[in-house]
Amino acid sequence: MTTQVLLAGFGGQGVLFAGKFLAYKGLFEGKQVSWLPSYGPEMRGGTANCSVILSDEPIGSPIVSNPDVLIAMNLPSLDKYESAVVPGGVILADSTLIERKVTRDDVTAFYVPATKMAKDIDAPTLANMILIGKFLREVGAVGYDNLEETLKKVISARHRDLLAINRGAIDAGYNFV
Amino acid sequence: MSEKVLMKGNEAIAESAIRAGCLHYFGYPITPQTELAAYMAKRMPKIGGVFLQAESEIAAINMVYGVAATGKRVMTSSSSPGVSLKQEGISYIAGSDLPALIINVQRGGPGLGGIQPSQSDYFQATKGGGHGDYHLIVLAPDSVQEMADLTALCFDLADQYRMPAMLLADGTLGQMMEPVLLPEPSTSTVEKPWAVTGTQCKRPHNIVNSLYLKPEVLEKTNFDRFARYKQIEENEVKYESFMMEDAEYCVVAFGIAARVSKNAVIAARKEGIKVGMIRPITLWPFPKKPLREAAERVKGFLSVELSMGQMIEDVRLATDCRRPVKLCNRAGGMIVSPEEVLASIKSLGGDKS
Repeated sequence: MTTQVLLAGFGGQGVLFAGKFLAYKGLFEGKQVSWLPSYGPEMRGGTANCSVILSDEPIGSPIVSNPDVLIAMNLPSLDKYESAVVPGGVILADSTLIERKVTRDDVTAFYVPATKMAKDIDAPTLANMILIGKFLREVGAVGYDNLEETLKKVISARHRDLLAINRGAIDAGYNFV
Repeated sequence: MSEKVLMKGNEAIAESAIRAGCLHYFGYPITPQTELAAYMAKRMPKIGGVFLQAESEIAAINMVYGVAATGKRVMTSSSSPGVSLKQEGISYIAGSDLPALIINVQRGGPGLGGIQPSQSDYFQATKGGGHGDYHLIVLAPDSVQEMADLTALCFDLADQYRMPAMLLADGTLGQMMEPVLLPEPSTSTVEKPWAVTGTQCKRPHNIVNSLYLKPEVLEKTNFDRFARYKQIEENEVKYESFMMEDAEYCVVAFGIAARVSKNAVIAARKEGIKVGMIRPITLWPFPKKPLREAAERVKGFLSVELSMGQMIEDVRLATDCRRPVKLCNRAGGMIVSPEEVLASIKSLGGDKS
Protein backbone atom coordinates (compact mmCIF):
# COMPACT_ATOMS: atom_id res chain seq x y z
CA MET A 1 0.00 0.00 0.00
CA THR A 2 1.41 3.36 -1.09
CA THR A 3 -0.28 6.73 -0.70
CA GLN A 4 1.13 9.66 -2.61
CA VAL A 5 0.05 13.02 -1.26
CA LEU A 6 0.51 16.45 -2.79
CA LEU A 7 -0.10 19.45 -0.55
CA ALA A 8 -0.27 22.82 -2.27
CA GLY A 9 -1.08 26.38 -1.35
CA PHE A 10 0.34 29.85 -0.83
CA GLY A 11 3.68 30.24 0.93
CA GLY A 12 2.89 30.77 4.61
CA GLN A 13 -0.20 28.55 4.76
CA GLY A 14 1.78 25.78 6.41
CA VAL A 15 1.85 23.35 3.52
CA LEU A 16 5.33 22.10 4.38
CA PHE A 17 4.47 21.84 8.08
CA ALA A 18 1.34 19.81 7.36
CA GLY A 19 3.37 17.54 5.09
CA LYS A 20 5.95 17.07 7.78
CA PHE A 21 3.21 16.05 10.20
CA LEU A 22 2.00 13.35 7.80
CA ALA A 23 5.56 12.12 7.24
CA TYR A 24 6.28 11.85 10.97
CA LYS A 25 2.93 10.17 11.57
CA GLY A 26 3.88 7.59 8.96
CA LEU A 27 7.32 7.14 10.49
CA PHE A 28 5.76 6.44 13.91
CA GLU A 29 3.56 3.81 12.31
CA GLY A 30 6.58 2.05 10.86
CA LYS A 31 5.94 3.12 7.30
CA GLN A 32 8.46 4.18 4.69
CA VAL A 33 8.07 7.90 4.16
CA SER A 34 9.48 10.69 2.06
CA TRP A 35 8.88 14.46 2.16
CA LEU A 36 9.97 16.70 -0.65
CA PRO A 37 9.29 20.45 -0.68
CA SER A 38 9.31 22.81 -3.57
CA TYR A 39 12.09 25.20 -2.75
CA GLY A 40 13.29 28.55 -3.91
CA PRO A 41 11.64 31.90 -4.52
CA GLU A 42 8.12 30.49 -4.41
CA MET A 43 8.55 29.75 -0.70
CA ARG A 44 7.75 33.37 0.15
CA GLY A 45 4.24 34.35 -0.81
CA GLY A 46 4.04 32.45 -4.07
CA THR A 47 2.78 28.91 -4.48
CA ALA A 48 4.34 26.27 -2.29
CA ASN A 49 3.90 22.57 -2.57
CA CYS A 50 5.13 19.47 -0.91
CA SER A 51 5.19 15.80 -1.90
CA VAL A 52 4.67 13.22 0.83
CA ILE A 53 4.74 9.47 0.21
CA LEU A 54 3.55 6.97 2.81
CA SER A 55 4.25 3.36 1.91
CA ASP A 56 4.69 -0.16 3.20
CA GLU A 57 7.46 -0.70 0.66
CA PRO A 58 10.73 1.12 -0.05
CA ILE A 59 10.02 4.37 -1.85
CA GLY A 60 11.49 4.92 -5.29
CA SER A 61 11.08 8.40 -6.65
CA PRO A 62 10.12 10.92 -3.93
CA ILE A 63 8.50 13.16 -6.53
CA VAL A 64 4.71 13.04 -6.60
CA SER A 65 3.41 13.99 -10.03
CA ASN A 66 0.14 12.03 -9.91
CA PRO A 67 -1.11 12.17 -6.34
CA ASP A 68 -3.58 9.78 -4.75
CA VAL A 69 -4.55 12.67 -2.52
CA LEU A 70 -4.40 16.39 -3.31
CA ILE A 71 -4.73 18.86 -0.46
CA ALA A 72 -5.46 22.15 -2.20
CA MET A 73 -5.30 25.24 -0.01
CA ASN A 74 -5.95 27.83 -2.71
CA LEU A 75 -7.49 28.16 -6.16
CA PRO A 76 -4.23 28.22 -8.17
CA SER A 77 -3.28 24.90 -6.57
CA LEU A 78 -6.57 23.27 -7.48
CA ASP A 79 -6.38 24.69 -11.01
CA LYS A 80 -2.86 23.40 -11.42
CA TYR A 81 -3.12 19.93 -9.90
CA GLU A 82 -6.75 18.81 -10.25
CA SER A 83 -6.05 17.04 -13.51
CA ALA A 84 -2.97 15.32 -12.09
CA VAL A 85 -4.85 13.37 -9.40
CA VAL A 86 -5.15 9.66 -10.19
CA PRO A 87 -8.63 8.41 -11.12
CA GLY A 88 -10.30 7.27 -7.92
CA GLY A 89 -8.17 9.68 -5.91
CA VAL A 90 -9.17 12.20 -3.29
CA ILE A 91 -9.15 15.99 -3.34
CA LEU A 92 -9.40 17.95 -0.09
CA ALA A 93 -10.08 21.61 -0.77
CA ASP A 94 -10.20 24.66 1.50
CA SER A 95 -13.64 25.91 0.44
CA THR A 96 -13.19 29.26 2.20
CA LEU A 97 -10.57 30.20 -0.38
CA ILE A 98 -11.69 28.03 -3.29
CA GLU A 99 -15.12 28.98 -4.50
CA ARG A 100 -15.40 26.54 -7.35
CA LYS A 101 -16.09 22.82 -7.17
CA VAL A 102 -13.89 20.05 -8.47
CA THR A 103 -14.91 19.45 -12.08
CA ARG A 104 -13.87 15.80 -12.35
CA ASP A 105 -16.32 13.05 -11.50
CA ASP A 106 -13.76 10.26 -11.17
CA VAL A 107 -12.31 11.57 -7.91
CA THR A 108 -13.82 12.06 -4.46
CA ALA A 109 -13.85 15.67 -3.35
CA PHE A 110 -14.23 16.99 0.18
CA TYR A 111 -14.83 20.69 0.77
CA VAL A 112 -13.74 21.98 4.14
CA PRO A 113 -14.05 25.69 4.98
CA ALA A 114 -10.75 25.35 6.74
CA THR A 115 -9.70 29.00 6.80
CA LYS A 116 -13.04 30.06 8.29
CA MET A 117 -13.03 27.18 10.78
CA ALA A 118 -9.51 28.10 11.84
CA LYS A 119 -10.63 31.65 12.57
CA ASP A 120 -13.62 30.33 14.50
CA ILE A 121 -11.43 28.33 16.86
CA ASP A 122 -9.09 31.30 17.23
CA ALA A 123 -6.28 29.59 15.34
CA PRO A 124 -6.24 31.57 12.08
CA THR A 125 -2.96 30.04 10.85
CA LEU A 126 -4.05 26.43 11.27
CA ALA A 127 -6.27 25.81 8.27
CA ASN A 128 -3.56 23.37 7.25
CA MET A 129 -4.07 21.18 10.32
CA ILE A 130 -7.85 21.29 9.93
CA LEU A 131 -7.38 19.78 6.47
CA ILE A 132 -5.00 17.23 7.99
CA GLY A 133 -7.80 16.27 10.40
CA LYS A 134 -10.11 15.69 7.45
CA PHE A 135 -7.36 13.70 5.74
CA LEU A 136 -7.07 11.42 8.78
CA ARG A 137 -10.81 10.70 8.67
CA GLU A 138 -11.34 10.32 4.91
CA VAL A 139 -8.06 8.91 3.63
CA GLY A 140 -6.83 6.97 6.62
CA ALA A 141 -3.37 6.26 5.24
CA VAL A 142 -2.23 7.05 8.77
CA GLY A 143 -4.24 6.76 11.97
CA TYR A 144 -6.07 9.24 14.19
CA ASP A 145 -3.98 8.39 17.22
CA ASN A 146 -0.75 9.44 18.97
CA LEU A 147 -1.32 12.95 17.67
CA GLU A 148 0.53 14.67 20.53
CA GLU A 149 3.54 12.42 20.07
CA THR A 150 3.69 13.36 16.39
CA LEU A 151 3.08 17.05 16.99
CA LYS A 152 5.97 17.12 19.47
CA LYS A 153 8.26 16.11 16.62
CA VAL A 154 7.09 18.75 14.18
CA ILE A 155 6.60 21.68 16.55
CA SER A 156 9.93 23.04 17.72
CA ALA A 157 10.59 23.05 21.48
CA ARG A 158 10.22 26.80 21.81
CA HIS A 159 6.73 26.67 20.31
CA ARG A 160 5.55 23.79 22.49
CA ASP A 161 2.74 26.01 23.81
CA LEU A 162 1.11 25.70 20.38
CA LEU A 163 0.67 21.95 20.69
CA ALA A 164 -2.82 22.03 22.15
CA ILE A 165 -4.17 24.41 19.54
CA ASN A 166 -2.73 22.25 16.73
CA ARG A 167 -4.40 19.26 18.30
CA GLY A 168 -7.65 21.25 18.45
CA ALA A 169 -7.40 22.10 14.76
CA ILE A 170 -6.84 18.46 13.79
CA ASP A 171 -9.87 17.44 15.87
CA ALA A 172 -12.01 20.17 14.30
CA GLY A 173 -11.14 18.92 10.82
CA TYR A 174 -11.62 15.29 11.79
CA ASN A 175 -15.07 15.98 13.22
CA PHE A 176 -16.23 18.24 10.38
CA VAL A 177 -19.03 16.75 8.33
CA MET B 1 21.20 6.07 18.68
CA SER B 2 18.96 3.40 17.27
CA GLU B 3 15.98 5.66 16.59
CA LYS B 4 15.23 6.82 13.09
CA VAL B 5 14.68 10.54 12.72
CA LEU B 6 13.27 12.55 9.85
CA MET B 7 15.93 14.82 8.44
CA LYS B 8 16.65 16.79 5.33
CA GLY B 9 19.49 15.37 3.28
CA ASN B 10 21.54 18.51 3.85
CA GLU B 11 21.13 18.20 7.60
CA ALA B 12 21.96 14.49 7.56
CA ILE B 13 25.28 15.26 5.86
CA ALA B 14 26.11 17.86 8.51
CA GLU B 15 25.24 15.67 11.49
CA SER B 16 27.04 12.69 10.01
CA ALA B 17 30.16 14.80 9.41
CA ILE B 18 30.17 15.92 13.03
CA ARG B 19 29.83 12.31 14.17
CA ALA B 20 32.72 11.43 11.88
CA GLY B 21 34.85 13.80 13.93
CA CYS B 22 34.76 16.79 11.61
CA LEU B 23 35.05 19.84 13.84
CA HIS B 24 36.02 22.30 11.13
CA TYR B 25 33.61 23.62 8.53
CA PHE B 26 34.19 26.46 6.09
CA GLY B 27 31.64 27.55 3.55
CA TYR B 28 29.68 30.21 1.80
CA PRO B 29 25.90 30.05 1.46
CA ILE B 30 24.22 28.93 -1.73
CA THR B 31 20.91 27.29 -2.56
CA PRO B 32 20.15 24.35 -2.44
CA GLN B 33 22.70 23.35 0.22
CA THR B 34 22.19 26.20 2.70
CA GLU B 35 20.61 24.00 5.42
CA LEU B 36 23.95 22.21 5.70
CA ALA B 37 25.82 25.41 6.55
CA ALA B 38 22.98 26.54 8.83
CA TYR B 39 23.16 23.25 10.74
CA MET B 40 26.90 23.62 11.17
CA ALA B 41 26.49 27.22 12.32
CA LYS B 42 24.11 26.07 15.02
CA ARG B 43 25.99 22.98 16.17
CA MET B 44 29.71 23.72 15.87
CA PRO B 45 29.93 26.40 18.59
CA LYS B 46 28.21 24.02 21.03
CA ILE B 47 30.71 21.21 20.55
CA GLY B 48 33.91 23.22 20.43
CA GLY B 49 34.12 23.13 16.66
CA VAL B 50 34.65 25.83 14.08
CA PHE B 51 31.99 27.13 11.74
CA LEU B 52 33.26 29.90 9.56
CA GLN B 53 31.34 31.63 6.82
CA ALA B 54 34.17 32.76 4.59
CA GLU B 55 34.13 35.81 2.34
CA SER B 56 33.94 33.57 -0.72
CA GLU B 57 34.06 29.96 -1.86
CA ILE B 58 37.71 30.44 -2.80
CA ALA B 59 38.56 31.56 0.72
CA ALA B 60 36.59 28.65 2.18
CA ILE B 61 38.40 25.95 0.21
CA ASN B 62 41.78 27.43 1.10
CA MET B 63 40.81 27.35 4.79
CA VAL B 64 39.96 23.69 4.22
CA TYR B 65 43.42 23.27 2.70
CA GLY B 66 45.00 24.76 5.81
CA VAL B 67 43.14 22.58 8.30
CA ALA B 68 43.65 19.47 6.14
CA ALA B 69 47.41 20.05 6.41
CA THR B 70 47.13 19.66 10.19
CA GLY B 71 45.51 16.25 9.77
CA LYS B 72 42.13 17.27 11.22
CA ARG B 73 38.94 16.20 9.55
CA VAL B 74 37.59 19.19 7.62
CA MET B 75 34.92 19.93 5.07
CA THR B 76 33.25 22.51 2.91
CA SER B 77 29.98 22.41 1.04
CA SER B 78 28.47 24.30 -1.83
CA SER B 79 26.41 23.94 -4.98
CA SER B 80 27.54 23.90 -8.58
CA PRO B 81 28.68 27.52 -9.26
CA GLY B 82 30.34 27.62 -5.85
CA VAL B 83 32.09 24.31 -6.44
CA SER B 84 33.51 25.68 -9.69
CA LEU B 85 35.08 28.48 -7.67
CA LYS B 86 36.70 25.93 -5.36
CA GLN B 87 38.45 24.01 -8.12
CA GLU B 88 41.83 25.68 -7.79
CA GLY B 89 41.95 24.89 -4.09
CA ILE B 90 40.81 21.32 -4.68
CA SER B 91 43.65 20.81 -7.15
CA TYR B 92 46.13 22.12 -4.55
CA ILE B 93 44.70 19.79 -1.89
CA ALA B 94 44.98 16.85 -4.30
CA GLY B 95 48.52 17.93 -5.26
CA SER B 96 49.45 18.08 -1.58
CA ASP B 97 47.98 14.61 -0.92
CA LEU B 98 45.64 15.81 1.81
CA PRO B 99 42.33 14.33 2.94
CA ALA B 100 39.31 16.63 2.95
CA LEU B 101 35.62 16.45 2.10
CA ILE B 102 33.88 18.62 -0.46
CA ILE B 103 30.08 18.44 -0.76
CA ASN B 104 28.37 19.41 -4.00
CA VAL B 105 24.57 19.62 -3.80
CA GLN B 106 24.19 20.18 -7.51
CA ARG B 107 21.90 22.64 -9.28
CA GLY B 108 21.33 23.34 -12.94
CA GLY B 109 23.97 25.09 -15.03
CA PRO B 110 26.11 26.21 -16.74
CA GLY B 111 26.88 29.67 -15.39
CA LEU B 112 24.74 30.80 -12.50
CA GLY B 113 22.13 28.46 -13.94
CA GLY B 114 19.17 27.87 -11.64
CA ILE B 115 18.48 26.46 -8.21
CA GLN B 116 16.66 23.27 -9.16
CA PRO B 117 18.33 19.84 -8.99
CA SER B 118 20.81 18.65 -11.59
CA GLN B 119 23.59 16.12 -12.16
CA SER B 120 25.50 18.14 -14.70
CA ASP B 121 28.69 18.40 -12.61
CA TYR B 122 29.49 14.73 -13.24
CA PHE B 123 32.39 15.53 -15.56
CA GLN B 124 33.78 18.14 -13.19
CA ALA B 125 33.59 15.77 -10.21
CA THR B 126 34.92 12.61 -11.83
CA LYS B 127 37.44 13.84 -14.38
CA GLY B 128 39.46 16.20 -12.24
CA GLY B 129 37.71 19.54 -12.23
CA GLY B 130 40.78 21.60 -11.50
CA HIS B 131 44.09 21.59 -13.34
CA GLY B 132 46.60 18.77 -13.36
CA ASP B 133 46.37 14.98 -13.19
CA TYR B 134 44.26 14.01 -10.21
CA HIS B 135 41.08 12.35 -9.09
CA LEU B 136 38.69 12.76 -6.25
CA ILE B 137 36.94 9.86 -4.63
CA VAL B 138 33.36 10.65 -5.67
CA LEU B 139 30.40 9.10 -3.88
CA ALA B 140 26.81 9.55 -5.05
CA PRO B 141 24.03 8.99 -2.47
CA ASP B 142 20.47 8.23 -3.55
CA SER B 143 18.68 8.65 -0.20
CA VAL B 144 18.91 10.67 2.97
CA GLN B 145 20.28 7.55 4.68
CA GLU B 146 23.11 7.41 2.17
CA MET B 147 23.71 11.15 2.53
CA ALA B 148 24.64 10.29 6.13
CA ASP B 149 26.40 6.96 5.54
CA LEU B 150 28.47 8.07 2.56
CA THR B 151 29.58 11.26 4.30
CA ALA B 152 31.19 9.12 6.98
CA LEU B 153 32.68 6.83 4.33
CA CYS B 154 34.11 9.83 2.44
CA PHE B 155 36.08 10.89 5.52
CA ASP B 156 37.41 7.36 6.06
CA LEU B 157 38.47 6.88 2.44
CA ALA B 158 40.00 10.35 2.25
CA ASP B 159 42.11 9.61 5.33
CA GLN B 160 43.06 6.14 4.17
CA TYR B 161 44.20 7.24 0.72
CA ARG B 162 45.32 10.79 1.60
CA MET B 163 43.19 12.52 -0.99
CA PRO B 164 40.14 14.75 -1.17
CA ALA B 165 36.74 13.09 -1.47
CA MET B 166 33.54 14.54 -2.87
CA LEU B 167 29.96 13.73 -2.03
CA LEU B 168 28.00 14.46 -5.20
CA ALA B 169 24.35 15.02 -4.37
CA ASP B 170 21.67 17.25 -5.89
CA GLY B 171 19.01 19.70 -4.81
CA THR B 172 16.32 17.05 -4.40
CA LEU B 173 18.37 14.89 -2.08
CA GLY B 174 19.49 17.96 -0.16
CA GLN B 175 15.95 19.25 0.37
CA MET B 176 13.98 16.06 0.89
CA MET B 177 13.31 14.46 4.27
CA GLU B 178 13.41 10.75 4.90
CA PRO B 179 13.91 8.63 8.01
CA VAL B 180 17.58 8.25 8.75
CA LEU B 181 19.52 6.19 11.24
CA LEU B 182 22.50 8.36 12.03
CA PRO B 183 25.89 6.66 12.10
CA GLU B 184 27.71 6.02 15.37
CA PRO B 185 30.54 8.43 16.18
CA SER B 186 33.66 7.55 14.23
CA THR B 187 36.39 5.55 15.91
CA SER B 188 38.71 5.87 12.93
CA THR B 189 42.36 6.09 13.93
CA VAL B 190 44.36 6.65 10.78
CA GLU B 191 47.92 7.66 11.63
CA LYS B 192 48.88 10.95 10.01
CA PRO B 193 52.65 11.24 10.46
CA TRP B 194 52.69 13.82 7.64
CA ALA B 195 50.48 16.31 9.49
CA VAL B 196 51.79 19.78 10.24
CA THR B 197 51.25 19.88 13.99
CA GLY B 198 54.42 21.43 15.39
CA THR B 199 57.66 19.46 15.83
CA GLN B 200 58.18 20.24 19.52
CA CYS B 201 61.85 19.98 18.51
CA LYS B 202 61.46 16.20 18.43
CA ARG B 203 61.24 15.49 14.72
CA PRO B 204 62.12 17.04 11.37
CA HIS B 205 59.65 19.53 9.91
CA ASN B 206 56.70 18.24 7.94
CA ILE B 207 56.14 20.27 4.80
CA VAL B 208 52.84 20.33 2.93
CA ASN B 209 53.27 21.59 -0.59
CA SER B 210 52.14 21.09 -4.16
CA LEU B 211 55.03 22.90 -5.86
CA TYR B 212 57.77 20.76 -7.42
CA LEU B 213 59.97 22.67 -9.84
CA LYS B 214 62.06 19.68 -10.86
CA PRO B 215 60.02 17.80 -13.46
CA GLU B 216 61.47 14.40 -12.59
CA VAL B 217 60.39 14.90 -8.97
CA LEU B 218 56.93 16.15 -9.98
CA GLU B 219 56.57 13.21 -12.34
CA LYS B 220 57.30 10.84 -9.48
CA THR B 221 54.60 12.42 -7.29
CA ASN B 222 52.15 11.88 -10.15
CA PHE B 223 53.23 8.27 -10.64
CA ASP B 224 53.00 7.56 -6.91
CA ARG B 225 49.57 9.16 -6.70
CA PHE B 226 48.26 7.13 -9.63
CA ALA B 227 49.59 3.93 -8.06
CA ARG B 228 47.35 4.76 -5.12
CA TYR B 229 44.44 5.50 -7.48
CA LYS B 230 44.91 2.03 -8.94
CA GLN B 231 44.47 0.49 -5.49
CA ILE B 232 41.30 2.50 -5.02
CA GLU B 233 39.94 1.31 -8.36
CA GLU B 234 40.64 -2.26 -7.28
CA ASN B 235 39.31 -2.05 -3.75
CA GLU B 236 36.73 0.67 -3.28
CA VAL B 237 34.19 0.34 -6.09
CA LYS B 238 30.62 0.39 -4.81
CA TYR B 239 27.40 -0.08 -6.71
CA GLU B 240 23.89 -1.43 -6.31
CA SER B 241 22.61 -4.14 -8.61
CA PHE B 242 18.80 -4.15 -8.93
CA MET B 243 16.86 -6.93 -10.69
CA MET B 244 19.87 -7.72 -12.87
CA GLU B 245 19.83 -11.53 -12.47
CA ASP B 246 17.86 -12.25 -15.64
CA ALA B 247 17.97 -8.78 -17.16
CA GLU B 248 18.08 -8.31 -20.92
CA TYR B 249 18.37 -4.56 -20.61
CA CYS B 250 20.30 -2.51 -18.10
CA VAL B 251 19.51 0.95 -16.80
CA VAL B 252 22.49 2.84 -15.40
CA ALA B 253 21.67 5.75 -13.10
CA PHE B 254 22.94 7.34 -9.92
CA GLY B 255 21.53 9.60 -7.22
CA ILE B 256 18.01 10.93 -7.65
CA ALA B 257 17.88 9.68 -11.25
CA ALA B 258 18.32 6.15 -9.88
CA ARG B 259 15.39 6.62 -7.52
CA VAL B 260 13.16 7.65 -10.42
CA SER B 261 14.55 4.88 -12.61
CA LYS B 262 13.75 2.26 -9.96
CA ASN B 263 10.04 3.08 -10.33
CA ALA B 264 10.38 2.70 -14.10
CA VAL B 265 12.23 -0.63 -13.81
CA ILE B 266 9.51 -2.00 -11.52
CA ALA B 267 6.80 -0.75 -13.90
CA ALA B 268 8.59 -2.31 -16.88
CA ARG B 269 8.91 -5.65 -15.07
CA LYS B 270 5.14 -5.61 -14.51
CA GLU B 271 4.79 -5.35 -18.28
CA GLY B 272 7.07 -8.35 -18.70
CA ILE B 273 10.17 -6.47 -19.81
CA LYS B 274 13.31 -8.01 -18.38
CA VAL B 275 15.17 -4.93 -17.27
CA GLY B 276 17.43 -4.24 -14.31
CA MET B 277 19.54 -1.40 -13.03
CA ILE B 278 23.13 -0.87 -12.01
CA ARG B 279 23.46 2.14 -9.74
CA PRO B 280 27.02 3.41 -9.33
CA ILE B 281 27.57 4.51 -5.72
CA THR B 282 31.19 5.39 -6.38
CA LEU B 283 31.28 7.54 -9.52
CA TRP B 284 35.05 7.53 -9.22
CA PRO B 285 36.17 4.80 -9.10
CA PHE B 286 33.48 3.94 -11.67
CA PRO B 287 32.00 0.41 -11.47
CA LYS B 288 33.50 -0.74 -14.75
CA LYS B 289 33.60 -4.45 -13.98
CA PRO B 290 29.88 -5.04 -13.29
CA LEU B 291 29.02 -3.06 -16.42
CA ARG B 292 31.52 -5.03 -18.48
CA GLU B 293 30.01 -8.26 -17.15
CA ALA B 294 26.50 -7.00 -17.86
CA ALA B 295 27.52 -6.20 -21.44
CA GLU B 296 28.07 -9.92 -21.99
CA ARG B 297 24.48 -10.68 -21.10
CA VAL B 298 22.24 -7.72 -21.91
CA LYS B 299 21.13 -6.38 -25.28
CA GLY B 300 21.45 -2.71 -24.43
CA PHE B 301 22.02 -0.03 -21.83
CA LEU B 302 20.11 3.08 -20.88
CA SER B 303 21.96 5.88 -19.09
CA VAL B 304 19.49 8.01 -17.14
CA GLU B 305 20.91 11.38 -16.15
CA LEU B 306 19.92 14.90 -15.17
CA SER B 307 22.42 16.32 -17.64
CA MET B 308 22.96 16.36 -21.38
CA GLY B 309 24.67 12.98 -21.05
CA GLN B 310 27.94 12.80 -19.11
CA MET B 311 28.08 9.46 -17.31
CA ILE B 312 26.99 7.81 -20.57
CA GLU B 313 30.60 8.22 -21.77
CA ASP B 314 31.85 6.14 -18.86
CA VAL B 315 29.19 3.51 -19.54
CA ARG B 316 30.39 3.28 -23.14
CA LEU B 317 34.03 3.09 -22.06
CA ALA B 318 33.32 0.46 -19.42
CA THR B 319 31.47 -1.72 -21.92
CA ASP B 320 33.84 -1.05 -24.84
CA CYS B 321 30.73 0.00 -26.80
CA ARG B 322 29.86 -3.67 -27.19
CA ARG B 323 26.14 -2.93 -26.76
CA PRO B 324 24.13 0.15 -27.69
CA VAL B 325 23.96 2.75 -24.91
CA LYS B 326 21.07 5.18 -25.13
CA LEU B 327 20.42 8.30 -23.10
CA CYS B 328 17.30 9.30 -21.19
CA ASN B 329 17.76 12.74 -19.74
CA ARG B 330 16.43 16.07 -18.60
CA ALA B 331 18.56 19.11 -17.90
CA GLY B 332 18.62 22.57 -16.39
CA GLY B 333 16.83 21.61 -13.17
CA MET B 334 14.09 19.46 -14.72
CA ILE B 335 13.74 15.95 -13.32
CA VAL B 336 13.15 12.96 -15.53
CA SER B 337 9.84 11.21 -14.78
CA PRO B 338 9.31 7.46 -14.31
CA GLU B 339 7.10 7.54 -17.43
CA GLU B 340 9.90 9.04 -19.53
CA VAL B 341 12.34 6.41 -18.29
CA LEU B 342 9.82 3.64 -18.97
CA ALA B 343 9.29 4.91 -22.52
CA SER B 344 13.06 4.95 -23.03
CA ILE B 345 13.37 1.41 -21.68
CA LYS B 346 10.74 0.33 -24.22
CA SER B 347 12.63 2.10 -26.98
CA LEU B 348 15.56 -0.21 -26.29
CA GLY B 349 13.37 -2.95 -27.75
CA GLY B 350 12.18 -4.36 -24.45
CA ASP B 351 8.48 -4.11 -25.24
CA LYS B 352 8.71 -7.13 -27.53
CA SER B 353 9.62 -9.55 -24.73
